[in-house]
Amino acid sequence: MKRTKHPFVWVGGALSGVVTALILLGFVWTPYSTTMMDAAAKRQPPSAAHWLGTDQFGRDLFSRILEGAGTSLLIALCVVLIGSVFGILIGSFCGYYGGIPDLILTRICDSITAFPAILLALVIISVVGGGTYNIILALGVLFIPSFARVVRGEFARCRHLNYVKSAKLMGVGDLRLMFLHILPNTLPVLLPAVSIGLNNAMLSEASMSFLGIGIQPPQASLGSMLSESQTYLNSAPWYALSVGGTIVLMMLGFSLLAEGLQQTDWRR
Amino acid sequence: MKNIAKKLVALIITLFIVSFLAFLAFQIIPGDPTTKMLGTEATPEAVSELRSELGLDLPFFVRYWHWLTAFVQGDFGMSYSYHMPVRAMLADKLPVTALLILLAFGFTVILSLPLGILAGRVRNRWADTMITAVDQVVMSVPAFFVGILACFIFGLTFHLFVPGNFISYTDSWAGCLGYLVFPALSIAIPRIAMTVKMLRGAIGAELRQDYVRTSQSRGASRGYALRRHVLRNALIPTIAFLAVSAAEIMTGTIVIEQVFTIPGIGRLLLASIGNRDFPVVQAIVVLMAAWIVLVHFLADLLSSWVDPRIRTH
Repeated sequence: MKRTKHPFVWVGGALSGVVTALILLGFVWTPYSTTMMDAAAKRQPPSAAHWLGTDQFGRDLFSRILEGAGTSLLIALCVVLIGSVFGILIGSFCGYYGGIPDLILTRICDSITAFPAILLALVIISVVGGGTYNIILALGVLFIPSFARVVRGEFARCRHLNYVKSAKLMGVGDLRLMFLHILPNTLPVLLPAVSIGLNNAMLSEASMSFLGIGIQPPQASLGSMLSESQTYLNSAPWYALSVGGTIVLMMLGFSLLAEGLQQTDWRR
Repeated sequence: MKNIAKKLVALIITLFIVSFLAFLAFQIIPGDPTTKMLGTEATPEAVSELRSELGLDLPFFVRYWHWLTAFVQGDFGMSYSYHMPVRAMLADKLPVTALLILLAFGFTVILSLPLGILAGRVRNRWADTMITAVDQVVMSVPAFFVGILACFIFGLTFHLFVPGNFISYTDSWAGCLGYLVFPALSIAIPRIAMTVKMLRGAIGAELRQDYVRTSQSRGASRGYALRRHVLRNALIPTIAFLAVSAAEIMTGTIVIEQVFTIPGIGRLLLASIGNRDFPVVQAIVVLMAAWIVLVHFLADLLSSWVDPRIRTH
């Protein structure tokens, strides 16, 4: 049962863990109200009272970033959830049964992944309109092919392995075989895929909110805050730096985790 | 030759499918474009007149065919909001974005290949971990934040350029190029980190192959084996990766144009999405998609030229 985990798993996991813990804390408690404006404390640099300074309305940035990061993380989680659930379903059936439906679906998935997700998301958003739910749906749908591809590959490989053949001979049903026997064995590729997915979903949502077609005010995500902060780059640089830094930390956590999981030797 | 002809046919079919899907996407939008152009109080006669003028009363496939034949001849339709040909709206913005894409792609290729090869040769375990860690950090900085950092450091602190003060190529080519250097670098830096990681992996995998050991056991130096054999093989996945990069760089310009307020295609696209000016959105999307398909086609040709094994398949 000894597995050598790559050090990046610990570093990335710790980083993601701390950020997630802070975000969870932000859901129940923030040092200041995220909406309370304070005319006397506009655009203050970081201090003991305001760890990351204040914005143009005198709102505490640390509290606002906790809230914005929560929105960003929540959206990224929903996107990856949609993408992975449908991706696993499509990928497992395609990989397990093969045949013409597999050929067609694989071809479609390849074509979709040839185009950058943001371009396709822009098309979808321009047709159906912006807003939180449309962003989640658009990105979620666009994330399906990458998961389907990964899972399909693993299922197609495992289908011919001895444990699958013997389970089949023992009369294990197809569905049971697929989801109880093969699926757990795809974890070494599925976990990094989920981690990379979170990273990409964060980036896509942040880009779209930055462009003003994602999260609509008064709701704020890190992307929309960064776009807002750019106006005050000269008078309050800590605003942009702390928001951007948070995005970098969150993405770094997921990407280190993904890299470490990929490098991990999973053989028992 | 036969191979290229086959790929050309596939390219044309792909372009057909992409254009059809793009056309379809903008047909299912609820609402009538005539309402947008004439207002809600237009007489039914005026509406039906405009509908037949725009060809909206024709069957779907006929409209698609008309649109497609016009599009390949350079007629991209009329803007709803500005009542001018989309082509005229794109004309002065296309060169800016094209220049930005070329610069960013140039930086990516010129900087990532030497860095990747250098990093790929490293055998020391600690140096290896360090390089990977730095690479991961750089990869995690989104292009738009690199752009903001560039504005802050090089624009506001060192006054190398004035953020937002774009110099048009009609005024000065050198000034325009100079202004585009930082935006292009902002797009390129995360891509460079990704390409370095990819190339390093490819070189590492090739170095472990038997043919390298054989070549070295026959007296070839490590550098010779690397130059003569390994790089050629590592080049194949790199070409495919650079094709993906070219597509990502193009969408990267949409965001970066916003950061540096560059009047290019990306800003026009966003403004048009906001205005629900669909002919403009459609034209830009089709042009971008066509560019992506073309880049993948070129990468395909290039890799079959580099690797004869792909040709004979």
